[in-house]
Amino acid sequence: MTKTMYEKIWDANLVHEPESGSPLLFVDRHLMHEVTSPQAFEGLRLENRKVRNVHSILGTIDHCVPTKDRHNIVDAIAKKQVETMTSNCDENDINLFGMDSDQNGVIHIIVPEHGFVHPGMVVCCGDSHTATHGAFGALAFGIGTSEVEHIMATQTLQQKKAKTMLVKVEGKLPEYSTAKDIALAIIGVTGTAGGTGFVMEFAGSAITDLSMEARMTLCNMAIEAGARAGLVAPDQVTYDYLEGREFSPKGDHWAQAITYWESMKSDEGAVFDETITLRAEDIAPQVSWGTSPEQVISVTGTVPAPSDFTNEVKAQACTNALKYMDIKAGQKITDIHIDIVFVGSCTNGRIEDFRATADIIKGKKVAEGVQAIAVPGSFPVKVQAEKEGLDKIFLDAGWEWRDPGCSMCLAMNGDELKDGQRSASTSNRNFEGRQGKGGRTHLVSPAMAGAASIAGHFVDIRDWK
Amino acid sequence: MQPYIKHTSIAALMDRSNVDTDQIIPKNFMKKVERTGFGINLFHNWRFLADNITPNPAFELNKPAFQGAKILVAGENFGCGSSREHAPWAIADYGFNTIISTSFADIFHSNCFKNSILPIVVTAEQLASLMAEIAANEGVEFTIDLPEQKVTTPGGIVINFDVDAFRKESLIDGLDDIAWTLKHVDKITAYEEANKKKLPWLWPNA
Repeated sequence: MTKTMYEKIWDANLVHEPESGSPLLFVDRHLMHEVTSPQAFEGLRLENRKVRNVHSILGTIDHCVPTKDRHNIVDAIAKKQVETMTSNCDENDINLFGMDSDQNGVIHIIVPEHGFVHPGMVVCCGDSHTATHGAFGALAFGIGTSEVEHIMATQTLQQKKAKTMLVKVEGKLPEYSTAKDIALAIIGVTGTAGGTGFVMEFAGSAITDLSMEARMTLCNMAIEAGARAGLVAPDQVTYDYLEGREFSPKGDHWAQAITYWESMKSDEGAVFDETITLRAEDIAPQVSWGTSPEQVISVTGTVPAPSDFTNEVKAQACTNALKYMDIKAGQKITDIHIDIVFVGSCTNGRIEDFRATADIIKGKKVAEGVQAIAVPGSFPVKVQAEKEGLDKIFLDAGWEWRDPGCSMCLAMNGDELKDGQRSASTSNRNFEGRQGKGGRTHLVSPAMAGAASIAGHFVDIRDWK
Repeated sequence: MQPYIKHTSIAALMDRSNVDTDQIIPKNFMKKVERTGFGINLFHNWRFLADNITPNPAFELNKPAFQGAKILVAGENFGCGSSREHAPWAIADYGFNTIISTSFADIFHSNCFKNSILPIVVTAEQLASLMAEIAANEGVEFTIDLPEQKVTTPGGIVINFDVDAFRKESLIDGLDDIAWTLKHVDKITAYEEANKKKLPWLWPNA
């Protein structure tokens, strides 16, 4: 019988399936940050339980970190959260890339940098964007804090099997369209609940053409389609990326690992519960207009009206979004002016992202009244960018070049929109208040964000440069 | 955990779809290292006016008729977005133990069961009828019977709902998930021993 990659990973990681109760799935890698773990450690302490497999955990501090003067956390509660993460990891001998580490950064950026996730693994983190690591062909998904505690104590999760969805993107992606645009275009089709109950596998020539970093951007956004996880089959691109990294298999193990990884791909003719297909040629640069990632349209489009939706719930959501976003139906996307530009986050905080923005803004100046900030996803990203001189390009254009962290993606660290401010953001969520109470977020790719910073409004980068 | 069996309680109406966990508990309240005390921050940005103190009279849960409600009836795709368990912690701490909707986001749905909250999935027609009954009679009390898997209302609505058998049992008994899993620890150990041979590069000093 043929099997999908998801089914193979499930079978390989199934510890036990009792007659009554829940299947137990083995968790190979457990990622941690300061916001969703302290209560789990506290739970272990109260029950006098121990961390079962310390080596399976990699931790960071990313959500609360200031991107200017990073050690000066003024919020006392945030400071305590950072200190608690540090002491919890110390006490349990957990590998933490903490505040003083030159490897510190956003969890979903640093984990791949160290080769900590491999194809075929089950990877969990108390963070919905764990989906990022599906780029390696790992089943990676977000969990709650109770489950963080459960994994620490048992190395397993009680899980129900998901359904499978094949998302095929065939053809050649046009110039200036990116993985971010593929992700937004898919969500525009499925809606934010379209993937609920599913694990998506992304396939097709436009997907295999993507770099490793671009695949991470794509899988990162699978959660915004409601999917439990997103997967891309491992191939030579994956292996080239992994080879030689700190936690990658070494010596004789390398060849053995590749044999195993190859065996985990979906079989030819494997049956998926659902299939959707997009043509890469149709995917133009995307801009979200509303307060949900599914409220997205091509840069060439206009803001829709509630009457454009036959579904009553979506029509109502459109009405609410237009009001919150303070935009009008029929308004051209390119007529929307912005106050803040943010490039960074676990979605678009990698070196290729900063290269893409730099390429657009090089030799130009940020529009008057616009504040533009670049926040590398990790110190290694920052160091690499500076080695390439990208920091100078950003600074010369009038951008701020910051230290790493989650920053304005969820605005826990003090970097936030003020009431009524509007952003062009390379992050992943445009929910009401996500980037600050009353703030208005438009999701875009790094190149589109760069162009918006110069023009002061959205522009179609394909005919702008 | 608090056992969940059967209760009759006020049902509050929240006629909004895609209520995300950023709304349920905005990120500025996620810095605490405890599980408790998040109820006062529930739906903060909708619930309070710009001064962050005065209740917003236009926000549905601030209606006097909905005070003390244990049941929340809301639109589709409830709990989407961030995986933060602070969302169900805030919901439980505020006083809700039941949410009724046509669909829930996966992670949120799972997090509910860890916190003695029962998420009930109904059809669009059923949801519309429940919402209509609340709208016509704010403060109305619904009865939720978990062993019988049934919602009943004074207006005569009876809904039989599905719930995973194991999760139902866990809720009714207030079971500790980790204790249940550790009953199978020999299976976990056996898996790990086999895995060390199969994928030795994943294990230290293997």
